[in-house]
Amino acid sequence: MEVAIVDYKAGNVYSVIHALERLGISPVLTDDAERIASADKVLFPGQGEARQAMEQLQRSGLDKVIRSLKQPILGICIGQQLMCSHSEEGDTDCLGIFDVDVRRFQPQRHEDKVPHMGWNELHFAQRDGLFKGFEGGEFVYFVHSFYVPECPWTTATTDYIVPFSAALHRDNFYATQFHPEKSGSVGERILKNFLEL
Amino acid sequence: MSLAKRIIPCLDVKDGQTVKGTNFVNLRQAGDPVELGRAYSEQGADELVFLDITASHEGRKTFASMVERVAATLSIPFTVGGGINELADVDRMLSAGADKVSINSAALRRPELIDEIANHYGSQVCVVAIDARQEENGEWQCYINGGRVPVGKSLFDWAREAQERGAGEILFTSMNHDGVKTGFANEALRQLADNLTIPIIASGGAGTMEHFRDAFKLGHVDAALAASVFHFGEISIPELKRYLQAENISIRI
Repeated sequence: MEVAIVDYKAGNVYSVIHALERLGISPVLTDDAERIASADKVLFPGQGEARQAMEQLQRSGLDKVIRSLKQPILGICIGQQLMCSHSEEGDTDCLGIFDVDVRRFQPQRHEDKVPHMGWNELHFAQRDGLFKGFEGGEFVYFVHSFYVPECPWTTATTDYIVPFSAALHRDNFYATQFHPEKSGSVGERILKNFLEL
Repeated sequence: MSLAKRIIPCLDVKDGQTVKGTNFVNLRQAGDPVELGRAYSEQGADELVFLDITASHEGRKTFASMVERVAATLSIPFTVGGGINELADVDRMLSAGADKVSINSAALRRPELIDEIANHYGSQVCVVAIDARQEENGEWQCYINGGRVPVGKSLFDWAREAQERGAGEILFTSMNHDGVKTGFANEALRQLADNLTIPIIASGGAGTMEHFRDAFKLGHVDAALAASVFHFGEISIPELKRYLQAENISIRI
């Protein structure tokens, strides 16, 4: 199976590569449109700032490539946010795959620290796809200051300040706000489910 | 339930081997930090900290290759510290696969290092570790060089400055409590947690499971770090987590 990781210079992708290697996959890290389009599965991870990340995607033409993909693609963290319509971070227009706007967390109490960093629980709206075999209440690892509100494409939610979209799904497009590659055995199951789609 | 409180074992590494002995069974190589890290991860540790206590240049290189092996093996976040003095050191550790770096003396000597890390890699990467002692007059003073040299800065002033410069977390070790196993410095921890907006990690003093409960309930911390109670098997992580959950603390089981 050919798995491509979209290379758009948005932070550290080693942990995603290592996580796939632990599942017996040798992914290719590439910004080559044809290579990405012909892969069986595509991962779209990343950390960083939305505006810079979108500009990098536009410069390299990868924004159009990602939108036109037909095979399963998984956006992770900023990848999920970039797949939405717009982000409050840098007032950035994004890919528009999920018609929903990304917002910044607004702390309500002293305990509401931003970024939301650490292990938090998944609650499921839909348990097929990435979450086949899950029961709800599984913990996954988050690091983020912006969030996708609940929307028609939400498949999993997590409560932090507000209930937000921990995962999204529409057609061949999948996304998680959390880091499956850093979420221990639970994260491994999610990546495995994605590879088996 | 909400964001889980974190339990963090800390491993001291010298020349690529863990320093403190361990009671772990079934390890092929008990002194191998990668094997030990994997065992902790499987037991339910939420994060790991690897501290390089090597002084030599050769040892530093060994540590970097160990970090690469940890990153390839573990599927939970980990922090590395020790010997990080400039941005190039941070870059080397992150390139090797570390999720966060912990800086201590170098930040007190040159506080701009915090701004540089936060601006280049984001605050979430930057853990500022503070060793402080409560002096006889009741004041908490910061120390550098492994707790040997006082720097004339108060814990609370320095922690606030670190936050303002972009630190993502504060890892506070009380020198009065470290190694004594009578509990964490809950009063000082609470003062940090209630006045700062970034997560606080308690370190120094863990002896019993109740000490962890108190750090969360009285010290208001987000995470608790310990070394010897885990390494010597005095407290097992699964048992600790079940205990904390029974005490109504949000914990990842």
